[in-house]
Amino acid sequence: MSLSGVSATALSLATDVRSGTIKATEVIDAHLAAIAALDGELNAFVHVLDGAAREAAVAVDRRVEAGEDPGPLAGVPVAVKDNLCLRGAPTTCGSRILEGWSPPYSATVLERLVDAGAILVGKTNMDEFAMGSSTETSVYGPTRNPHDLSRVPGGSSGGSAAAVAAGLAPLALGSDTGGSIRQPAAFCGVVGVKPTYGTVSRFGLVAFASSLDQIGPFARNVADAALLFDVIAGHDPLDSTSLDRPLVQVGPCLADGVAGMRVGVLAELVDGVDADVAARVHEAAEALAAAGAIVEELSVPEVRYGLPAYYLIAPAEASSNLSRYDGVRYGLRVEASDVAAMNSATRAAGFGPEVKRRIMLGTYALSAGYYEAYYGQAMKVRTVIVDAFAAAYRGVDVLLGATTPTTAFPIGAKTGDPLSMYLSDVCTIPTNLAGHAAMSVPFGTGAGGLPVGVQVLAPALGELQMFRVASVLEAAAPPTPAPSPPPQGSGGGVR
Amino acid sequence: MSPAGWEAVIGLEVHCELLTATKLFCGCRNAFGDEPNTNVCPVCLGLPGSLPVLNERAVEFAMRIGTALNCEIRPSVFHRKNYFYPDMPKDYQISQYDEPINVDGWLELPDSTRVGIVRAHIEEDTGKTTHVGGGGRIHDAAHALVDYNRAGVPLVEIVSAPDIRSADQARLYAAELRAILVASGASDGRMEEGSMRVDANVSVRRYGSDEMGTRCEVKNLNSLRSLGRAIEHEIGRQVAVVESGGAVAQQTRHWDEAKGVTVALRSKEEAFDYRYFPEPDLVPLAPDRSFRQRAVAGMGPMPAERRRRLVALLAGEVSASGLDQVATVVELDLDGLVAAAIEAGIGPALALARTANEAAADAEGTRHLDPGAYVKWLRMENDGILSATQAKAVLAELLDRGGDPAEIAAAKGFEAMAEDSLVAVVGEVVTRSPAEWERYCQGDEKLAQFFIGQVMKATRGKASGKAVVAELKRLSAGA
Ligand SMILES: [Zn+2]
Repeated sequence: MSLSGVSATALSLATDVRSGTIKATEVIDAHLAAIAALDGELNAFVHVLDGAAREAAVAVDRRVEAGEDPGPLAGVPVAVKDNLCLRGAPTTCGSRILEGWSPPYSATVLERLVDAGAILVGKTNMDEFAMGSSTETSVYGPTRNPHDLSRVPGGSSGGSAAAVAAGLAPLALGSDTGGSIRQPAAFCGVVGVKPTYGTVSRFGLVAFASSLDQIGPFARNVADAALLFDVIAGHDPLDSTSLDRPLVQVGPCLADGVAGMRVGVLAELVDGVDADVAARVHEAAEALAAAGAIVEELSVPEVRYGLPAYYLIAPAEASSNLSRYDGVRYGLRVEASDVAAMNSATRAAGFGPEVKRRIMLGTYALSAGYYEAYYGQAMKVRTVIVDAFAAAYRGVDVLLGATTPTTAFPIGAKTGDPLSMYLSDVCTIPTNLAGHAAMSVPFGTGAGGLPVGVQVLAPALGELQMFRVASVLEAAAPPTPAPSPPPQGSGGGVR
Repeated sequence: MSPAGWEAVIGLEVHCELLTATKLFCGCRNAFGDEPNTNVCPVCLGLPGSLPVLNERAVEFAMRIGTALNCEIRPSVFHRKNYFYPDMPKDYQISQYDEPINVDGWLELPDSTRVGIVRAHIEEDTGKTTHVGGGGRIHDAAHALVDYNRAGVPLVEIVSAPDIRSADQARLYAAELRAILVASGASDGRMEEGSMRVDANVSVRRYGSDEMGTRCEVKNLNSLRSLGRAIEHEIGRQVAVVESGGAVAQQTRHWDEAKGVTVALRSKEEAFDYRYFPEPDLVPLAPDRSFRQRAVAGMGPMPAERRRRLVALLAGEVSASGLDQVATVVELDLDGLVAAAIEAGIGPALALARTANEAAADAEGTRHLDPGAYVKWLRMENDGILSATQAKAVLAELLDRGGDPAEIAAAKGFEAMAEDSLVAVVGEVVTRSPAEWERYCQGDEKLAQFFIGQVMKATRGKASGKAVVAELKRLSAGA
């Protein structure tokens, strides 16, 4: 069985709302109706902001009536991952330990969305603290893949990917630490973008691994993803790692094509992935060549060390980032005889098994006597990967590979085997370690008719060429089946 | 003094709060004594998703301290120091570890001894826990209240080399460091408010040995006095342990001010593994030369230099006690008053003594003392308008409430004797006692006291002894 809600694109909705052709309230009502109809099965949302979303839509309509321009995302519903702080709304990261906590402030990206006229429609489900590749470790239960409800949507931003794929929102925000946007985008047949580290402010993103985390867009097409990217990208003085340099808007350059662009098919991101996925990558490369790109095969053997390095660096940073959930100030508290016992009891009850496993891994990697062998070594590997990519990018403008080694796997298939779960991020992790940009573009289907994503990798601040390639791939892609037919009555007047 | 045959080896770790308007990583007020949890925000409360942004002013102050302590100022990196503590909002402290901003400096004590400075790095302060109910102490309290106003306040931690050899020298070091911090403008150095906090690493060894003994870190030293007492006690304790055939265990110890002893807090085995790693939310700190020049611009001379300048102003009129007084006025930042007075023609010895003794006794009062009024006050005693006793009474009021010293004196009835009326009284007294006058004129200066007594009697104590002597001298010279 499959599902779908509203199919209108963000660009068309924004255009129509700005011109007064449709009302933002109609748009939000259609999406809220779709959520009401479909999310019981999907479980993409952990918190729907019905009241606030409707109020925001009314305000947008008033501005349009008053002759003002509410902005490039006027009236466009956006779903946001539940690790983004929104003032006054529950923000739980899919964890029991943050039960009942509502932040007193909003993430910079959410402020930017609201300033651009967007309507925040709800908080989406995720693996607990973004640790996972299937959205199964959430305390709110698993999200289901709209293309096949027995399968995972990928993770950790599975709720956002599923919401966009199912037409519950045209746009969504996720966060990508090791592939948490691109992998679920591939599984759900949508576009997912991991921007260059420092391009999008992390202020208000609940940290998993600070040196790897980056917020990025989900959309059903490349132009919508570009629209959202152009709104959220930019310097933020509240994030010291935010890049303070002028950004080029990617939206206006989408139609520039790839003629003369040098594309490297990255052997390490093709060899060893499932045959159906590899076949789509090769077809994608051919499509680029047909569009005038200069395509070559190349190898960056160092990226093979990405996975082990990542599973030291990310847990190490996480072990420190998650220390603050101690029961003292907010969230869950389990009372005990003294402070230390209260800390332990709270953390024992509040964190799920995967989070505990990573905290232990990371604590060990940073411990006296082990630091050099583990964390120190992993940081050296990171430098090696950065250098290797730099060498590769001297010869090509972008790299091409699979986003994931497989298509979406069945719910429960990997929950008992953490290592096989970790391997689902093997193609996406190197980009995070390098701090580069990459995105997943739907490109046909694999076995069982499940969506396949092709990954476009670009050097730091290479979003422009990355989006141009993505645009050409989208045009050349075999059709991705829409999660259809929609159940009766969903979608309202807006389709 | 260490027990005979033993030498103490002491290094001090001093935390000082910086005088920035805002905290180290957020815009909250850096203020002491406000209503609990009023100067807080998502960043200094460590709320999920919040990120630190470094306060440039704190970096400038750290550079001032580094410059004042003759350190090499280097590009630096922030690290996270991880441990669970309820008054630490993130359960890690952002500090500097193996790449601190200031390294390899020294501090010169008033006796010209140099103490090495290993490092002086930037870090954030923690909140403050108060144990309430039950016995009100950590172990028997019913609950604890945490005030996060102090969380995120910028600190510089100054780590000395183990160059200090006695409790007295440790006190001198702390006093000198405090004076340097105040002079640099980076900190107010108030131990009583906790803006300067001292931990002491103490070990002992036999004289002549160059091995290092096992050290203990003594905490909770809230005044120069407790610093001295605690070190004295700790030296004695360690020597007793070793002399009775035992071995000193490496420990963190707590100074119990009331009982006058140090007690074990935790052993080496219980020490935290802080799991330091580079803070990924901040970028490395590499200020350029112009930033550094701006930071130290306008920084006045440090205490050692100011002592030298003051001694030069005293023009040879310095005794051993005078040197102590010089150290005192510089330490308390009062040397400017002395210099102003001397330049205005006040006798150097009087200016120094009154400042080091009377003014220094009221540190609070000197903070808002008007230098003009102070010099005017000194002149009244210098010129014999006020007696020493009267002058002290006037100063007390001046320090307390401010105002014009002449008006204060008048209000107290210390009506300065008009010079001509004093001349008249002295003339009268001299005429009444010709025999004594004769002997005085022949050089028996003891008789000056006799005449002063007579004049005081005649004026009911309103005359200044000094002025009487001056008049006697004038008369005898003319006789
Ligand atoms: Zn704050």
